[in-house]
Amino acid sequence: MSWIDAILQGTLLGGQYALYAAGLSLIFGVMRLVNIAHGDLIILGAYIALVCVEMLGLHPLLSMIIVCPTMFAIGYWMQKLVLNKTLGNDILPPLLVTFGLSIILQNVLMEVFSADSQRLQSGVLDTASLQLTDELTIGWLPLICFVTAVIVIASLQFLFYRTTMGMVFRATSDKAEIVQLMGVKKDRVFALAMGIALAVVGIASVFMAMRTNFDPSVGPGRLLYAFEAVIIGGLGNIWGTLLGGIIIGVSQAIGAQINPGWQQLAGHLAFLLILIFRPNGLFPRTKD
Amino acid sequence: MSNHVLNQPILYTQKLTAFYGDFQALFGIEFHLNIGETVAIIGSNGAGKTTFLRSITGLLCNEPSSVKFSGQPIGASSPDEIVKLGIAMVPEGRQLFPSLSVEENLRMGSLSGRSGQWDLRNIYELFPVLKERRHHGSMDLSGGQQQMVAIGRALMANPSILLCDEISLGLAPIIIKDIYRALPAICSEGVTVVVVEQDIRQAMAVSDRVYCFQEGRISLEGRPDELTTEAITHAYFGLEDAVS
Repeated sequence: MSWIDAILQGTLLGGQYALYAAGLSLIFGVMRLVNIAHGDLIILGAYIALVCVEMLGLHPLLSMIIVCPTMFAIGYWMQKLVLNKTLGNDILPPLLVTFGLSIILQNVLMEVFSADSQRLQSGVLDTASLQLTDELTIGWLPLICFVTAVIVIASLQFLFYRTTMGMVFRATSDKAEIVQLMGVKKDRVFALAMGIALAVVGIASVFMAMRTNFDPSVGPGRLLYAFEAVIIGGLGNIWGTLLGGIIIGVSQAIGAQINPGWQQLAGHLAFLLILIFRPNGLFPRTKD
Repeated sequence: MSNHVLNQPILYTQKLTAFYGDFQALFGIEFHLNIGETVAIIGSNGAGKTTFLRSITGLLCNEPSSVKFSGQPIGASSPDEIVKLGIAMVPEGRQLFPSLSVEENLRMGSLSGRSGQWDLRNIYELFPVLKERRHHGSMDLSGGQQQMVAIGRALMANPSILLCDEISLGLAPIIIKDIYRALPAICSEGVTVVVVEQDIRQAMAVSDRVYCFQEGRISLEGRPDELTTEAITHAYFGLEDAVS
């Protein structure tokens, strides 16, 4: 039964990783941009949530009402003012600039909030659980996080394949120069995509801050999980991202079940194995 | 050829130049297009035909007054602004969006927000095969059908001027005939057309006037019935006896 429990807990943890990865997948899918600052932006969102909770007295889940629009605005203007200027045929400039942004974010957060570890207290949700059987119990918070991840990914899928905005995203992803001949401002499309991606990051930030301790230096670790989930699922495949997150989560849970020290290693090993046998991920969608 | 040409320029270029880095691709192009006419641009590979269309559509930036549309300088305008003014292009190689279905590709053309007679219904009347295949992926179509989508997508912008870049490239002669058969219907709706062609005979057959480009310059201009084979040969290849 403990193995079933491990798989169940790992699956729920996968929802958290999928939330980290969904924004990254969206950004890569629309503008072929690998955002090295993604993990630090998750941490930025967590600090914005912390400020909302401490100054306004909001429940962490309610803080999303402020965190998500704020992160959308940060993403929109960051793309419009900085990253759009780096996009072109060469993939190196955006990589270098987002790497620089990552360093800047870490240092600014360190300066403003110090290196002290923080966590959002969510009251009764911290410990509330659902008894499935005599031996199987799941926490309400991981369950809410997982359900949210499924809703977010289903919404992104709907946005991409059932709306005009999604049609424009896909066309821009295909041919960014030609889309301008349709009357579309590609820079605005990129800014919107980054805004939406960071709004999703805002959701991931709040759940991360409720479930684990964070400080300004832990962003690169979140980036790693996000990368692994995106690559396992297949670049540009939104549902694949959820599967990628679940595979990492379950691998970690099984690793921890064998030996508590193997938790992170098991996740990375699963990633490595998939890279060896399916270098393009399980369900790749990209055409180049 | 168009029957209702007005002797009134809708588009003209003055001393238009274009560069790719240090390489100069166009040298002081003086071109004009009258309302309702069909103009063909011929020339060999690398003559500057596509660069010229890219300059008009804003994909290459120029001096503002080097391109004027209805008297308004558009040389420095962005492509999205230019299509909203009424200049749409069928790009070389079709350039459809592979992730989108046929109908989605067509709908992309309407995003400029210009109103007019061209909508999905009219496009499907012009190219009935597209209606049957509207839910297919755009890359599942034959080359000729893809070209129909590219033309339909440009028409969905309800343009005053339609620029067609090498629409016969890579297509079988019978398909080219089908594609060009649509041109009179497009012109009859009041669209002014520029076709870039390497096929001289095809260009002469469909146009009211012809420009020949050679090494980034206009080497010849005139009505098809005024131009001799020798003059075209010289202008096209830069040689008196290149073809017999």
